Amino acid sequence: MLNYDLVIIGGGPAGLAAAISAKDNGIDSILILERDKELGGILNQCIHNGFGLHTFKEELTGPEYAERFIKEVLGRKIEYKLNTMVMDLGKDKTVTAMNREDGLIQIKAKAVILAMGCRERSRGALNIPGFRPAGIYSAGTAQRLVNREGFMPGKEVVILGSGDIGLIMARRMTLEGAKVKVVAELMPYSGGLKRNIVQCLDDFGIPLKLRHTVVDIEGRDRVKAVTIAEVDENNKPIKGTEERYECDTLLLSCGLLPENELSRSAGVDLSPVTSGPIVNDSLETNIPGIFACGNVLHVHDLVDYVSKESTTAGENAAKYILSFNENDSPDRVVKINTENGVRYSVPAFVRPDKMADNLTVRFRVGNVYKNVNLCVYANDTLLQKLPKKIMAPGEMEQIILIKNKLNEVSDLNTITIKIEEA
Amino acid sequence: MRYDVAIIGAGVIGCAIARELSRYDAKICVIEREDDVCSGTSKANSAIVHAGFDAVPGTLKALMNVQGNEMMDKISKDLDVPFKRNGAFVVCTKDQDRSALDELIKRGLANGVKDLRIIDRDELLKMEPNIADDVTYALYAPTSGIVCPFNLTIAYAENANANGVEFFLNTEVLDITKSEDFFVIKTDNDTFEATAVVNAAGVYADKISAMANAKEMHITARRGQYMLLDKTAGDHVHSTIFQLPSKMGKGVLVTPTVHGNLLVGPTAEDVPDKEGVNTTTDGLTSLAPLSSLSVKDVPYRQVITSFAGLRAHEKDDDFIIGEDSQVSGFYQAAGIESPGLSSAPAIGVALAGEISRKLSFSAKSSFTETRKGILDPDTLSLEDRNKLIKENPAYGNIICRCEMITEGEILDSINRPLGARSLDAVKRRTRAGMGRCQSGFCSPRVMDIIARETGIPVEEVSKHGKGSEFIVGTNKEL
Repeated sequence: MLNYDLVIIGGGPAGLAAAISAKDNGIDSILILERDKELGGILNQCIHNGFGLHTFKEELTGPEYAERFIKEVLGRKIEYKLNTMVMDLGKDKTVTAMNREDGLIQIKAKAVILAMGCRERSRGALNIPGFRPAGIYSAGTAQRLVNREGFMPGKEVVILGSGDIGLIMARRMTLEGAKVKVVAELMPYSGGLKRNIVQCLDDFGIPLKLRHTVVDIEGRDRVKAVTIAEVDENNKPIKGTEERYECDTLLLSCGLLPENELSRSAGVDLSPVTSGPIVNDSLETNIPGIFACGNVLHVHDLVDYVSKESTTAGENAAKYILSFNENDSPDRVVKINTENGVRYSVPAFVRPDKMADNLTVRFRVGNVYKNVNLCVYANDTLLQKLPKKIMAPGEMEQIILIKNKLNEVSDLNTITIKIEEA
Repeated sequence: MRYDVAIIGAGVIGCAIARELSRYDAKICVIEREDDVCSGTSKANSAIVHAGFDAVPGTLKALMNVQGNEMMDKISKDLDVPFKRNGAFVVCTKDQDRSALDELIKRGLANGVKDLRIIDRDELLKMEPNIADDVTYALYAPTSGIVCPFNLTIAYAENANANGVEFFLNTEVLDITKSEDFFVIKTDNDTFEATAVVNAAGVYADKISAMANAKEMHITARRGQYMLLDKTAGDHVHSTIFQLPSKMGKGVLVTPTVHGNLLVGPTAEDVPDKEGVNTTTDGLTSLAPLSSLSVKDVPYRQVITSFAGLRAHEKDDDFIIGEDSQVSGFYQAAGIESPGLSSAPAIGVALAGEISRKLSFSAKSSFTETRKGILDPDTLSLEDRNKLIKENPAYGNIICRCEMITEGEILDSINRPLGARSLDAVKRRTRAGMGRCQSGFCSPRVMDIIARETGIPVEEVSKHGKGSEFIVGTNKEL
C-alpha cells in the first residue's frame, strides 16, 4: 500500500491545474494517475487553435495549452504515473490502479480529486437504426485517428450532431481532402460554440440542418449511404422528409457524458442532469475528501473554465488535507435551486459560513434565450439581475455569489438562479 | 483437397458438429464465408438456453432443446464457457388467459422438462420486484439458462481445431456437385472434395441444399431486433422474463446476459433479404412498449447498443436434421432457429453420431475433450495477478476501459488457434469494445495491436473482414 496526501485521477487539463494549485497551497505529497502515455489528456489531439484566450490572452493549440500546465507540474516536481488505469476507488479513498511496471497497486489517499473527463455518446446510446458497418466513428475517435495517428477514416462524410468536436472535425476532414456533405442536428439550435459554426461550417460552405436526425445507415461492410430526415416537435422523424446522402463515413458528435464509473463505485452521489458528482462550493462530493473538477463534474465549453474550476478544487483539497478535523461540527449548507431554463448549477450547494468571498457558480441553459434577465435570489430577495442579450445551451454561463451579500439575508435557506423576461 | 466430411457454415451448429466429429479418426473441414466463426445468427440472438417447454412435443425442436439444455453444464465446463442457470418466467397478465400457462406446463411435461410450476404474483414479486403491475401469474422454469453465444461457438471451433478439424474462413460455397461417391464443393477460393457434406449454413441452408439437389426447403429470414443495456441495468431482472408465446415466436423477452448486461428483444419480422441485419426505427421503438407488458421501468436511457439477427425459419416450422432423403451423404442441419443455441450440443452429438456410423469412423484416442478460454485476470487474486503482470506486462495494460480488458487478453485472442483477425473478432473473444463507449476509446488501440501482431498495415485492419476496413488512407493522401 502506497500513501499520498492527494491522489488526482486523470492527467488532463483538470488534473494538471488541480495538482499545481494543491502544491501551491502547501501539499507536497501528490500523485497524478494518467491512463494515456503522456500528460495533457484530450488536448493532445485538439491541434486546432482557440485555447487559452481567457487564461493567457493568446490563441493556443490544445497541445500548446497543455504544455504550459505540464511544464508547471514538472517544475514543481509533482509525481505522476503514466499508462496507469485506475481500476477502483473506495469510499475510504483507497485507489486501486494498474500498469505494466507496478502491476496492481493500492494507494491510500487523504484526499482524492476526480478529474477523469468525459466520453462521447455512442451510436448505440442514440438508437440510430440501420446496418452496423465500418465507417461510423465518434467525432473524437476520428479526431484521434487524423490528428495523432495520421490516418483518414473516410472520404465522404455525414456528421450527426453539432457539438464542438463534430464542428471542428468537419473543418479538419475538409482540410485533409474529404468532402463533408452535411451536418444534421436534432435540436433547433447547435450544441457547439457560435464561433465554431462560423469558422468550421460557414467558412467552408458545409450545410447545417437543424431539427434533422439520421434514420438509416446503409452498407453491410462499409457505410454506403446515410439517410437523414426532419423531426417533429417530439423529435420523431417526419415521413417524406428523408434525404439520402451517399458517403463512406458517419461521424457522431451528439454530446459528452462525464465518465463517473469510479465515482459511482466510491459511492459519490451523481446529478441526473449533468451525470457528474453533486458538489458543494468547495467542489467536494458527498464523500468528505473526494473532490471533482473539469468535464467529469460537468461538460465545459472552454478549457479555460476547466483550468479555473480545477484550480479551485486543488486549493480546497489542500485546505481539507491541512485542516480536516473529524470533530468539526457539520457545515450549514444551502441548496442552489435552478429554475426557468437554468438546467443545473455547479456547485449545487454552498456553505454560507465557509464559502469563498466571491464564489463562481457555473451552469448551462436548456434553450436559446434572447434579451432576458438572469436573476439570482436569496430566499425571496433579489440579489442580482443581469441583462443577457443571448444565452444558448452550447455555451456555459456563470455568476458570482458574494458571501457577504448572502449572509446579510436572514434565515437563508435557498438560493435560486432563474431566467426572467426582460 | 479431399475430406471425409466438409461442414458448410461455422455458426454454433457447424462448430458443434465439427467438435463432435473431431472425436473420430477422420479428415474434417469447416467452410465459412465470413472472416470469423460465429458471424451469422449465432452472434445475434437472445443468448438463452431454453428449458424446452415451448416446442411442440414430438418435434426435433423439443427433443434437441431438452437434450441440449441437459448437456449444457458439462459442455460449458469442458469448453470453459460462461453459462448460468438463472431460471425463466413466462408471465401472464390480467387480460390474458391463464390456461395458456397450463398448456405450456403440459407441453413441458411431455417434452421432459423438469421442475416446472405456476406461481402467483406475490411469489414472483419476491424474486422479480420489477415485474409489470398487470402480471398475475407466471410459469417458472428453473432449468432455463443464459450463455455467451460467441464464447460457446468459438470454444467449439477452437476445440475442434485443436483436435484436427481444418477451418477455411473467407470462403464462400458457390456450387456443390456429386460424383460417384464424393461431393465436389466449388468455392470462391479452393475446390474441396468430401465424402459427406453437412449443411449448417443458417439462413442460406435452402440455397446450399438446392446446390446439392437435396431436399427443397424454404428458409425465411425472420429478423429480431434487440437493445442491449449497460451493466448498471444488469440486475433489473435476475431471470429471463418471457411473455406468452405467439405464432411468430416467443415474444419480447427481458433478460440479464451472462456478462451482466440487460437484453431486451427480439422483434419478429420476415424480411426478404438474407443479409437484412439492419435495425429500423419502427422495430427499435416497438421494444419499450412491448417489454413494459412484462417488466416495468426498464431504464432505456442506459441502452448502449442495438442490433438485429436473423432466424433461419423453415416453412415446416421444425429443425431438419440428418441425412437428406434425396441425396445420400448430404446431411442437413437446417431450419435451426430458436431454440437452436440451446439445442446445439445435442444436434452436434446426434449428427456426428449418424455420420460416424454411416462412414464407419473409429474413435480417436488422442481426442482432447477440454479447451481453456482466454484468461480473465479479474478472476485472479491480487498476488496471482501481479505475478502474471510480472511475467507478461501486457496484462497490466488496460486497452478497453469500459470492460477493463487488458492487452494480454487481446494478444491471447489474436495468437490462439483460429485467432481473431478483425475488431469484431477480438470483441467477441475478449469483450473489448463491447462496453458503454462501444469501442470509441479502444478501437484505435486494438487496430494497432492487430496490425502489429498479424504483420499487416493498419489500413488493412477491418471491422469484420474484407470491405470493412476502418482507414481509407493517410493524411494529405486524398
